[in-house]
Amino acid sequence: MSRIFITDTTLRDGSHTVSHKFNPEDVKKIVSALDAAGIDIIEVGHGDGLTGSSINYGFGDHTDFEIIQAASSIIKNSKLAVLLIPGIGTVEDLKKAKECGITAIRIATHVTEADVSAQHIREAKRMGLFTVGFLMMAHMADVHTLVEEAKKMESYGADVVYCTDSAGAMLPVHVQEKISALVKNLSVPIGHHSHNNLGLAIGNSLAAVEAGATYIDGSLSGLGAGAGNTATDLLVAVFNKMGYEHKADLFKTMDASTNALIPVLEAKGIKTNTNLDTMILGYAGSYSSFLLHARRAAERFGVDIRDILIECGNRKAVGGQEDWIIEIASDLAKLKNN
Amino acid sequence: MEKVKVGIIGPGNIGQDLMIKLRRSKYLKLACVVNIKESEGLDKARELGIDASAEGIDYLINNHKNNIKIVFDCTSAPAHLINAPKLKEAGMFVVDLTPAALGPYCVPAVNMDENLLKSDNVNMVTCAGQANVPIVSAINKAADVVYAEVVSSISSKSAGPGTRANIDEFTVTTRTALEELGGADKAKVIIVLNPAEPPILMRNTIYTKVKNPDLNKIKEAAFEAAKTVQQYVPGYRFLLEPIIEDDIVTTMVEVEGLGDYLPKYSGNLDIITAAAVNIAEKKAQLMGGIK
Repeated sequence: MSRIFITDTTLRDGSHTVSHKFNPEDVKKIVSALDAAGIDIIEVGHGDGLTGSSINYGFGDHTDFEIIQAASSIIKNSKLAVLLIPGIGTVEDLKKAKECGITAIRIATHVTEADVSAQHIREAKRMGLFTVGFLMMAHMADVHTLVEEAKKMESYGADVVYCTDSAGAMLPVHVQEKISALVKNLSVPIGHHSHNNLGLAIGNSLAAVEAGATYIDGSLSGLGAGAGNTATDLLVAVFNKMGYEHKADLFKTMDASTNALIPVLEAKGIKTNTNLDTMILGYAGSYSSFLLHARRAAERFGVDIRDILIECGNRKAVGGQEDWIIEIASDLAKLKNN
Repeated sequence: MEKVKVGIIGPGNIGQDLMIKLRRSKYLKLACVVNIKESEGLDKARELGIDASAEGIDYLINNHKNNIKIVFDCTSAPAHLINAPKLKEAGMFVVDLTPAALGPYCVPAVNMDENLLKSDNVNMVTCAGQANVPIVSAINKAADVVYAEVVSSISSKSAGPGTRANIDEFTVTTRTALEELGGADKAKVIIVLNPAEPPILMRNTIYTKVKNPDLNKIKEAAFEAAKTVQQYVPGYRFLLEPIIEDDIVTTMVEVEGLGDYLPKYSGNLDIITAAAVNIAEKKAQLMGGIK
């Protein structure tokens, strides 16, 4: 199986959640954490893409170009992308975005309207940008139509074509069917973007990879329009468990959520009920009621709860062995102090 | 008054719709249709007994030099750049239905005047321009528009390959017309294609941020503008009459076509062809008057 490329869209799809009000400082903080976590592509900008700032979709406090410049000033290894929806953004805007520092572009159309992206995809390729074709509302088209439209984007020069579940309406069986057809009929890599409206985002992402997709979208803590996207944190955890090859670091991705994104959201008065510790229970295979005990022990011994829960999993603790937590926390503290 | 002879270059969707509309005109008579290859549009013209040729613009100019006075160019922006000087040399008045925008913008409900008719080439902006500029211009006169934003949704079926390949030209030309002709200090245009079946009617949501938010004056001006448009596009109507919140006015219009060449959902086609016939008729009347 080829390696998976993760695109994090916290600062683009997640912009919907903050009414497009991420400021350049927020962007720097979050981009720098994502970059450090080894995320392949970081997408920023208005939720409705380049120059989406409008009465119809909501005005941002900063232009996309200011946001791109802020991100570009801090990014080291990841590609920096924006979304462009033809009919909203133009090639002129794309050129400006390139000058501000993007290295990748995602060109989005409704799933049946790929031909309006021809001029933008061709121009993006001419500028040397890594270019992704993004077919939105993919649940509305049958497999045949989706494949035909995706082939158009490929023929314009797209490096990757996405099946985008903008409405979070697809079931794993649909994802499987659509992604396999795309993989079979196109020669460029295929991507999937999910929304968690039916609680299926991570399941659909897995179904997509199993069907051959190699580009998968996520956002920190699942921030995004509607119920949000697949959480990037979850993607990394689950990909690790599946043994997929990718470049992201689990703890650093979680730290990007906890230490970069959450404080930014809280400063905007947005309450989150992200509980990444619970994810680690599943990741490590630790008994669920260990959670609160591990949290107390982490505080008491000054260690990371994630290390405690993972060690519980490694030592194969079973239900009822809450007492092991104290021993593990104490061992970890000793290790740390040495 | 004898009818003024006109020609059509490029009998695609737009050109064929014009062929039907011109048959009803009291002032204009279609004398020649040309294309750069044999096509369904040329066959249609021949069926109607009109001189039709696949030898392009040169045929029209060489064979109708002193006969045809007005030409509708329904090709594409790049083709129009080649056609325009030839037509000018031949002394033909050009109604340009491409987004080339060489000549001044023409939206009959807004700027139909002698000055415009004196130029030798007028540009019909875009369908979104024809649908939205009249309302923005009216609101601007009543309330001073600092920012206009238009969301035009059209059915996927009515967006031809030309529109699709050049969606940027479409949004940019429409935006420029909203500013230059509509009087908005700044404008933004959003185009959405919707593939629903049966196809949707062209629908335009017009947001304007105004300096003088007097809703009664705004409504009166908008109604007046709509009435003027209805004179040449009967299916132009409000879906939502102007409402206001703070200084932002929201109104929506839809455009039902006459169902001439394409079905009624293609109001976006009708609004630009009807406007083109409208200015050509004004020009013809002026020519008749001078004679």
